Amino acid sequence: MSKARLMQGNEACAEGALAAGVKFYAGYPITPSTEIAEIMAEKLPLIGGTFIQMEDEIGSMAAIIGASLTGAKALTATSGPGFSLKQENLGFAIATEVPCVLVNVQRAGPSTGLPTSPAQADVMQARWGTHGDHPIIALCPSSVQECYELTVKAFNFAEEFRQPVIMLMDEVVGHLREKVVLPESVEIVGRKKPSVSPDEYIPYENNESRIPAMANFGDGYRYHVTGLTHGENGLPTGKPAVAEKYLERLMRKLDPYLDRIQRYEEILLEDAELIVVAYGGPARSALEAVHAARSEGLNVGFFRPITIWPFPQDALERYADRRFLVPEMNSGQLVGEIERVVGRRQVERFNRIDGELITPDQILTRIQEVMIHV
Amino acid sequence: MAKQQFIFSGTGGQGLILAAIMLADAAVLAGQNVVQSQSYGPEARGGASKAEVIISDEAINYPKVQKPDLVLSISQEAYKKYGLSLDEEVVLIVDDTYVPETKPRSRNFYSLPLTKVTRTEFGSEQSANVVALGAVAAISRQLSLEQVREAVRQRAPKGTADRNLKALELGWQLGIGALKRAKA
Amino acid sequence: MFSDIAQYFRTEALPHIWCPGCGIGTITAAIVRSIKTLQLDQNKVVIVSGIGCSSRMPGYLDFNTLHTTHGRALAFATGIKASRPELDVFVIMGDGDASAIGGNHFIHAARRNIDLTAIIINNSIYGMTGGQSSPMTPHDKRATTSPYGNLERPFQILEVAKAAGATYGARATAFHNQLLTKLIVNAYNNPGFSVVETISQCPVAYGRRNKFKTPADMLLWQKEHGISAGRKELGAEDFLIGEIFKAEAPEYTQEYAKLRQRLKGE
Repeated sequence: MSKARLMQGNEACAEGALAAGVKFYAGYPITPSTEIAEIMAEKLPLIGGTFIQMEDEIGSMAAIIGASLTGAKALTATSGPGFSLKQENLGFAIATEVPCVLVNVQRAGPSTGLPTSPAQADVMQARWGTHGDHPIIALCPSSVQECYELTVKAFNFAEEFRQPVIMLMDEVVGHLREKVVLPESVEIVGRKKPSVSPDEYIPYENNESRIPAMANFGDGYRYHVTGLTHGENGLPTGKPAVAEKYLERLMRKLDPYLDRIQRYEEILLEDAELIVVAYGGPARSALEAVHAARSEGLNVGFFRPITIWPFPQDALERYADRRFLVPEMNSGQLVGEIERVVGRRQVERFNRIDGELITPDQILTRIQEVMIHV
Repeated sequence: MAKQQFIFSGTGGQGLILAAIMLADAAVLAGQNVVQSQSYGPEARGGASKAEVIISDEAINYPKVQKPDLVLSISQEAYKKYGLSLDEEVVLIVDDTYVPETKPRSRNFYSLPLTKVTRTEFGSEQSANVVALGAVAAISRQLSLEQVREAVRQRAPKGTADRNLKALELGWQLGIGALKRAKA
Repeated sequence: MFSDIAQYFRTEALPHIWCPGCGIGTITAAIVRSIKTLQLDQNKVVIVSGIGCSSRMPGYLDFNTLHTTHGRALAFATGIKASRPELDVFVIMGDGDASAIGGNHFIHAARRNIDLTAIIINNSIYGMTGGQSSPMTPHDKRATTSPYGNLERPFQILEVAKAAGATYGARATAFHNQLLTKLIVNAYNNPGFSVVETISQCPVAYGRRNKFKTPADMLLWQKEHGISAGRKELGAEDFLIGEIFKAEAPEYTQEYAKLRQRLKGE
């Protein structure tokens, strides 16, 4: 067992990235994520990696994609305003299937919003922020320990599935210091390299795994990478049949792996009449409220999506006969997914948008309203 | 230990967040669960600053202080905001230089010369945060001096460990002395 | 002769999309010839581009090729070069791509003096979208978005590059093809951020709106107005060709390597 220590959420995210083997960071300063850049600036040159502060958020996203194409595990971090700017090249990374991890420590918006008060403002932007149909993975930690563990996961998913992964943090966990116990070693997954000679290499091959092998730039496998819709050979195409085949694979590439990707936590659900669905920092308030409600004799349970996207709908659907309460630090974003899965009539909301963390009392009061007074 | 909740309040630049981190470090060394958080304005210096620590042997979910067990205030403004209307069960520690005006309380109130002692010993106000930490740790009686000492040693900025350990000692003595006087 | 450079092309990707009379084809040949002259390892060459007519070039070339988003080519290339400095990175941009939407990346790539060879193909127009004015459309010239003549003043992109810290700047034209090849070789050999501005012709979107009857007229215009330093006093439409500036400055990836080395010693 490794020693317990006090660590900040953003620091744990950076340490998780280092444990996962990050070798390249490009970023632009923005609160409340800047600590991640500062740690990377200090540590990457010590381990043969590279840190670069780019001229803007757009360039940062571009630079990590470039670095990843040379084989480096690559990271960037931002907050809401920067996340908006990164959408352009996030889409490029998705379309070209370049692994990378993008941390968004959410703060209250829209626009410059409330720096640096917490919010869960970018849940839908994480899903649909970049244009066009696309798959996405977004992970949402609730504790400092989880910031570490999920960042390792994020890199593993990115590499295994050739897929940008979003660490959707919030200011509550990003700036929280908490006791963590870091494992002495973590499981690390690297990207699948081509097993054939350069002549036989098909860079965007429609193989059974749906994940094409990826060669590094500079390793002898000369191929083309383009944000244009492309065929298996990587070259742009205007042919509808080729375009459809590519997009079909892209959209369904994660489907065979959903069991592993969709992570969630369930507490006290067996006899729960009401299930509180919460994620990120506010899930801590929700869990405290659930325990308080239980001590008042109310049959309340707790469901926490850890993987926000792809939303763990099958897991939630098992409880479709219950009632739900969804507290969020936005005007209601993920609640739409819960309503979609279990039906609108069973779902109640609690929303806080003033830049303060939802308190357990607020959720408890709402639980009482829903279960007793109504 | 049962859940203990601390608020350190003052002005940005006084080092209260660092002091709170040191307290949290000491709690980790003591094998406790701990969370530490802060709030501050956009200013790096000046403006209100608040740091919170929760220590418990059980899991800590909601990470913000709901009912403090101890409040430290090192500015008049912070005292007004966090100290003035406290229940007398709650321990209140203020600095007698920066919080000259206080409402009389019968219990659990300590107006200590944290800044004065720092100035006398070091010739400046630097390390007053760690003097305050020493007083808080001694008065709260949740952690041993050795645990807090180790935390300060680990967390003190490069080259300042000796000075800060000295500051801790001074604060601890102030705290012990204050407890004795309160008993008497 | 295409056969002498055919090995550098993905012939399966041809025919290209460029219009008859476009200058990008001959510029492509010059770039490839310079790579051949330099005897660079094809496996270590990376060609990065943004969006626009000229940015389609990498798709036809048999190197490690990256066709990115509009204006961002230099930022992608910075990631590649910073991560793996031993790669030879060429960046192909159009005038709108490099100087408008990519202007910020351009000045900062210059400021870092990162060892990239940037080739700006300046045809004075947004060609792919049908002929809108760019920041490098000359004053008074016509475009679909400046139907009464361009009110704005054009960038002198090499002046921008120099002021921002680039250490090599040169200019040629599609007409001055051998000079262009030579300048790209020199630009590559400069250990820092190097810019080669290449004046090109877009007969379809620019020429026919600006009194050029044929593509050949545009090439003749390049021949007439592209002046080597000292040859004669520059007239109103003239511009210098050849090496415009050279400077010495620390190169970004070398500085980073030194930092790593220094930290090892500590």
